[in-house]
Amino acid sequence: MDAEPDLFKALGDATRRIILDELVDRDGQTLFEICGRLTMKHGLTSSRQAISQHLAVLEQAGLVHVRRQGRYKFHHIDTGPLRAIAERWPTD
Amino acid sequence: MLRINITSVYVDDQAKALAFYTEKLGFVKKTDVPAGAARWLTVVSAADPDGVELLLEPDGHPAARPFKEALVDDGIPFTQFAVEDVHAEVERLKGLGVRFVQEATDLGPVVTAVLDDTCGNLIQIAAMK
Repeated sequence: MDAEPDLFKALGDATRRIILDELVDRDGQTLFEICGRLTMKHGLTSSRQAISQHLAVLEQAGLVHVRRQGRYKFHHIDTGPLRAIAERWPTD
Repeated sequence: MLRINITSVYVDDQAKALAFYTEKLGFVKKTDVPAGAARWLTVVSAADPDGVELLLEPDGHPAARPFKEALVDDGIPFTQFAVEDVHAEVERLKGLGVRFVQEATDLGPVVTAVLDDTCGNLIQIAAMK
């Protein structure tokens, strides 16, 4: 029985890994900013709807949290769930 | 030959919009005449007083506000203005109390930032590199 299927599914996609990279570069982005970075910096052609779905998968895995601030919506990275990987397969 | 002379931004309050777009963003009032229950109210860039006018248009149509709210929810700017230096403009505007939902961001060929115009819209400022 795999303990963290959502986590490994979330990390298994290149676009989702780039989204996490960009949130490390600057945490707390709007959907528009994430889309802009993927398009302009990485040449990705994913639609906004596709990126929304990627964010939902990351959220499901606990790797991204959405913070509502009045009318704004910001996406934050949470690397906490990654501890499960280090605990399962310790490095040093 | 058709010429582009005007563009619009839908605002929730024309007087409030005029104050923000002139006192904060630094545009200059060009035309202000009564038009029915509202005003035909435009501003221009001080750097280009005879250039394209920005119409501060009332957002009274029932479809306008849900549309604007949906854009804000996704962080999407309604329109974009050019600046010389995005980082400097962000600092200047923050000093005037303007709120940014996206800090100055280097996207390769262009630097952008996104601010809240307090009239229901997000606005992008940009400088090509």
